[in-house]
Amino acid sequence: MSTIARSGEKADVKLANILVVALLGAALIFVAGLAQSETLHDAAHDVRHAVGFPCH
Amino acid sequence: MTPPMMCVTRSDSPATDMLQRLLTSALIAGAAAGLIAALLQLVFVQPVLLHAELYEGGERTHFAAASDHHHGEEPAPEAVEPQTAPTTEPAAEAGHDHGPEAAHDHGEAAEIPGIGFDAGRDGLSILFSIMVYAGYGLLLVAAMALSENNGNRVTARQGLLWGIAGFVAVQMAPAFGLSPELPGMAAADVNARAIWWVATVIATGIGLWLIAFGKNWAVWAAAILLILAPHIVGAPHPHEFTGPTPPELAAQFAGRAIGVGLAVWTLLGLFAAALWSRGREA
Repeated sequence: MSTIARSGEKADVKLANILVVALLGAALIFVAGLAQSETLHDAAHDVRHAVGFPCH
Repeated sequence: MTPPMMCVTRSDSPATDMLQRLLTSALIAGAAAGLIAALLQLVFVQPVLLHAELYEGGERTHFAAASDHHHGEEPAPEAVEPQTAPTTEPAAEAGHDHGPEAAHDHGEAAEIPGIGFDAGRDGLSILFSIMVYAGYGLLLVAAMALSENNGNRVTARQGLLWGIAGFVAVQMAPAFGLSPELPGMAAADVNARAIWWVATVIATGIGLWLIAFGKNWAVWAAAILLILAPHIVGAPHPHEFTGPTPPELAAQFAGRAIGVGLAVWTLLGLFAAALWSRGREA
């Protein structure tokens, strides 16, 4: 996407920052929701079911 | 990526400030939404889940319990004699195993769970609920920031729509193929389901983005195809449904999980957008 045609209305959040935030979010969701470690699964069990992640 | 024309004066505010603004608005909104989610789940979802676990663990059995319930009120002949229901294998099995035990179970262990608080188990649920919604909050704020780079302006009011779109992407669309699972429900291989889940969330998320910010019919048509694709491919399902959980409980669980999801996601969108746009004015 082109960054040349920036008007005053457009925000200027660095793409790298957005990427860091998005990756952090995805990592949190993976650990809490999808990782198949036994301990994680047992601890997060009820939340995984309630939020609709594939669990067992 | 960064042509010399770019307003250099604007980068006076260091990138770390922007990162901090992204992180704080996302994490505060996520933690608040996660806490509310945990409370709603403890009141409305957890009792159904605990009830289902009684069937999963065999403390209650589907048809045996049904026959107990109907005992005094109506004869319900087909329920009294589980073997006469040949279409339901688990019931036949269960009736076989638990014949003598069913009555005994009913006396002590068959209490239907109500609203309660188990410090260890529910404490962990609160923690993980906050973690999940903090993760969703980070993704949501990242998407909001990306849209603002393209000239969109996110307001708190718009946040409600962002939240509903997030709910559709991560909860409604996956549930359309894989309904929220109650413990004990029969399901296909967990890795296959996880892959389908992730693919569905990504396809739906991109599709909704294209619907919101696309400017012509070609883009909108592509968006609709993206949203439909996971459901045309189809979610992985087992060949046979042989779970011990009663369908009544599974249906109630699915409805409640989805309902709580919508409520919490709407709030997450509102909180995230309110905090994010407040930071912009400051």
